[in-house]
Amino acid sequence: MTARGPWTDSTGVPCQRFVELVSDYLEGDLDTETAAAVEYHLGLCTSCAEYLEQIKQTLRSLGHVPVDTLSQQAQDEIVAAFTGFHAPRA
Amino acid sequence: MTDGSVVDPDAVDVLAEEAAPRSPDTAEAALLARLRDGDSNAFAEVVRSWSPAMLRLARTFVSSEATAQDVVQETWLAVVHGLEKFEGRSSIRTWTFRILVNRGKTRGVRDARTIPVASFGTDDPDTPAVDPSRFRGVDDQWPGHWVSGAQPKAWQPSPEDLALAGEIRGQLGAALRDLPERQRVVVSMRDVHGMSGEEVCDLLGLSQANQRVLLHRGRAKLRQALEDYYYNDGRRPVVRP
Repeated sequence: MTARGPWTDSTGVPCQRFVELVSDYLEGDLDTETAAAVEYHLGLCTSCAEYLEQIKQTLRSLGHVPVDTLSQQAQDEIVAAFTGFHAPRA
Repeated sequence: MTDGSVVDPDAVDVLAEEAAPRSPDTAEAALLARLRDGDSNAFAEVVRSWSPAMLRLARTFVSSEATAQDVVQETWLAVVHGLEKFEGRSSIRTWTFRILVNRGKTRGVRDARTIPVASFGTDDPDTPAVDPSRFRGVDDQWPGHWVSGAQPKAWQPSPEDLALAGEIRGQLGAALRDLPERQRVVVSMRDVHGMSGEEVCDLLGLSQANQRVLLHRGRAKLRQALEDYYYNDGRRPVVRP
């Protein structure tokens, strides 16, 4: 018999399961029942709430990671090809 | 109205114009019209905006950076020449990215790239998001809950703190490069380049389930990389005074 304590919830989402559900939760891909269970657990568990916040911080920072792209010269050449293609024919 | 109720048509039109955001189809149609008109500014803007994600995607098919850039440039030239015949059955963006995937695959085959994209599945071993030793065992009073002292500790200062942001970006960039390739591509396309799950599944030939798993595992690893950065040895509980 497991005693109930401050972290125990009856809805089947202990922390070890939450960390596997967190991405689906953020994407809105959990079914209603599981999402509700996750929300319930988050209300009880400050550690998992912190884990969720860290995932969110990670995602926000990822949005600012510098990305490689074509050189400006390469982009200019591509635009020149477009302009040339659409130039009025003499 | 189809249910037989009556609505003041003037009121509805006014509300619709003010309240409704420009639908994606309207913006899409406007873009297509501008491009077909030869609007170089509109074209330059999509080249600037889409090329980073295109380059990231091209790299999954070919082995060299130079080849990846070639693939992107060839794709844009195909777009220039193909725009007249484009029928608008998909968005211009989807059409452009599909051209890129086709060209990338062709070049990849020619370059005899060792990792065939066709095997783009979840062949990674079933790694948990967090080290299992940080959770209480099945015989514990509260199985599956965090072990006391091993819970995630708040990151101070936050990764968004201006003083730290450059460092954090560097750490994440390195951590991204360390991800298994399939996780790296999905996380890059979703979280760095902001593409939708549907788009990523379509372009990479992934099921939604596969995409979700790859995204989840990649994100978990990146979070762990930042935790390790903040606390050096992330697995050792940090004793706070």
